[in-house]
Amino acid sequence: MAILKMQRISIYALTRYSKDVLETLQRMGVVEIENISLEDSVFYKTDNSALSASFVRSASLMTQAADIVTEYVKEKKGLLSSFAGRTPLNVKEYEEFALKNPEALNLAYKLIGYKKKITESKAKIIAYESRIDSLIPWKNLDVSMDAGYTRSTKAIIGVLPEELTEDEICLKLAEVSPETELFDVEVISSDSNQTCVFVICYKGVYDELMSALRKIGLILPSSSTPGNPADEIKSLYSKIKKREETIAECEKAIASHSPDLELLRFFEDYYIMKADRYAQLDNISYSPHTFVMTGYIPQKDSQKLSEILFERYGAEVELEDAEGDDVPVLLKNNALTAPAEGVLLSYSAPSRFELDPTAVMAIFYYIFFGMMFSDAGYGLVMALACGIALLKFKNMEAGLKRSLKMFFFCGISTTFWGLMFGSFFGDAVSVIFSTFIGRAAPAIPGITTPIWFNPTVGSGPTTLLMFSFLFGIIHLFAGLILQAVNYIRQGNFIYAVYDDLSWILVVTGAVLALLSTDMLSGMMGGFKLDPVFLTVGGIMAGIGAVIILIFSGRESKNPLKRLLKGAYNLYGATSYLSDILSYSRLLALGLATGVVAGVFNQLGSMMGNSVVGIILFVVVFIIGHLLNIGINALGAYVHTNRLQFVEFFGKFYTGGGRDFKPYAVNTKHYNIKEDI
Amino acid sequence: MELGLFLALLGAALATFMAGIGSSIGVGKAGVAAAGVLAEEPSLFSKVLILMLLPATQGIYGLLVAFLILQGVGIIGGGAGEISNLEGLLYLAASLPIAASGLFSAIHQGKCSVAGIHTVAKKPDTMGKSLIIPAMVETYAILALLISILAINGIGSLGL
Repeated sequence: MAILKMQRISIYALTRYSKDVLETLQRMGVVEIENISLEDSVFYKTDNSALSASFVRSASLMTQAADIVTEYVKEKKGLLSSFAGRTPLNVKEYEEFALKNPEALNLAYKLIGYKKKITESKAKIIAYESRIDSLIPWKNLDVSMDAGYTRSTKAIIGVLPEELTEDEICLKLAEVSPETELFDVEVISSDSNQTCVFVICYKGVYDELMSALRKIGLILPSSSTPGNPADEIKSLYSKIKKREETIAECEKAIASHSPDLELLRFFEDYYIMKADRYAQLDNISYSPHTFVMTGYIPQKDSQKLSEILFERYGAEVELEDAEGDDVPVLLKNNALTAPAEGVLLSYSAPSRFELDPTAVMAIFYYIFFGMMFSDAGYGLVMALACGIALLKFKNMEAGLKRSLKMFFFCGISTTFWGLMFGSFFGDAVSVIFSTFIGRAAPAIPGITTPIWFNPTVGSGPTTLLMFSFLFGIIHLFAGLILQAVNYIRQGNFIYAVYDDLSWILVVTGAVLALLSTDMLSGMMGGFKLDPVFLTVGGIMAGIGAVIILIFSGRESKNPLKRLLKGAYNLYGATSYLSDILSYSRLLALGLATGVVAGVFNQLGSMMGNSVVGIILFVVVFIIGHLLNIGINALGAYVHTNRLQFVEFFGKFYTGGGRDFKPYAVNTKHYNIKEDI
Repeated sequence: MELGLFLALLGAALATFMAGIGSSIGVGKAGVAAAGVLAEEPSLFSKVLILMLLPATQGIYGLLVAFLILQGVGIIGGGAGEISNLEGLLYLAASLPIAASGLFSAIHQGKCSVAGIHTVAKKPDTMGKSLIIPAMVETYAILALLISILAINGIGSLGL
């Protein structure tokens, strides 16, 4: 429960070590490098964007090559492979790998070459096929389509736009030009759309015949062949076959490189890291022989890093305590509460001047999530699923690990509340006993009978509603107390009284007064405080209200304005009312889980005690409860977040800090890490 | 007596189908946006799916209330007792909060989900914030659910 102390770090070393220093920093990932603005007669900055971009290109070359391999060789990927994370590499393994750079580049170009050949061949095949399609109608023509003339005859090859026989064509010709003679028509092929014809005629009637043919719709074919069409088609088929062989060869060659996938992936990462380093060089100032860089480092790592940089590169490191608004924030929490940091950061990182509320928030987070999800069976499923994933995938990415840990604790809390309310997959055990065994289930505390009370029957809902409000008030007070602690840390003790104690008095007083009236005693099952608390509560609320009225508008100098502002703030009591009522979702979502679980159990047991009945029960049980887990875990997650973000943070949290983003290895497949 | 049972059943039906209509519209709208985002960014599937499912809860709340009514009058679980007209009307009234609130809140939550899906498509890091905005709308469905549940629970103990 703390914000780690940050230091400003300045590193001075010889220019020739600049890349090595950056590489070390990248692997250790503990320094956030700042863009230094030091340019004068001695120091200058360099522009490395072109180099950096060229490495990005190399990286994408490797990605492209790896994609080509995976296109032809399916990788075996488990269902849960997205949990697996990056393979860790130590520095020695990394350096051994890096020696293979020329080999990897060669391979990448080779693979891209194969791919290009495949694409080319595929395009050619399509072209050949369409050529074949256009030649098929001419298959039976036994001369070249370019056939011209002999000494005394001329040939006309063309297409008529309807299905015709030779006689019909002659008839049509006779109609348009009855005088024309000395020709012979041969139909090569015909279908419902066209008729391909070969007409041979005496040279002298060529023009006459041609115009007659055009009149009945003759079109000359667009393509021609040097030899006869049948031979041409044959040669095209053999060309296609050759191309197909080329494709198969290339695919085989690509597939044979599947063991090199690792290499390609490594160099993708290698170039990404290199590009990152060159991009960072822009943030460094150089003199002719030395360079200087500055940044932020958590205090716990600074001493160690200074020693390493001095030993390896003779670098001089200067450290000073970081001050100012731009200092990034890094949180430190214990194993139980740290997983909730992700939730906090998704709202906003705390500002450097306030307390890290993660620890307090985490506890409420687990409790509220558990109350909304509130089923021992579901909680166990969730905790087991997260626990197994965490144990099985050691290299999981940090962010995912954090979320799974959080849901693991949420699962445990859910189990706890499920036992308290006597819900285990709803009322599954009771239903199984009454349907399939034929007697009432034995009373197992937590599984069939609630340890605390059952919120779905009798006065259960009202009781849980009251407790939901109670937890809500505690949650809100925790927020007010955190704000008070922040004030006190800044030395404004009196502000804690004005802004926090006052509201605690108002709310507590109002609750005490309400509890001693008849209004709520009906809902509380006859529970009623002694009437004296009406007075006590009234006085408490009164004192609180007066403090708010007088002091909450303290920024205004004008006394009237100050009072008006105070009155307006006092009106904010309505927001406390709505905040507290908002916690009724703890009950509503808790009931939703339990009742829907009960619906599925009842649906499953509808066929009674028979083989079909048992099968139906098992199927409905599995599908129904999985569905219920999915939708209600989502609901619990979203609404727990809401209670934290709106009701809790609204009371005290300013946020607006900048998350510490150290310069680190930012790769896809391998994690090259040097421990500090 | 027959009328009472009918009125109670009408309440159960209203709760289911009104909230169901709302959720269908809401999830449908969000689904269209989600599919569009997935065409560009298939890796956002899980995030987009979560946002898309947010308006689905109203339908479930409706189902839940309907189930409680059916159980209350003994249509499910057996032991159907005499349902007076007054009791039937009371059940009908108890179903109204989740029926109406479920219908409208799911539609508007769907619109917020669509906006959230667009936000996540542009900035996947804003998932946490994008979830909260639709959740604000859902509050009113939850409040309605609460009143429906408390009312049904109360009718049973009135001993009418």
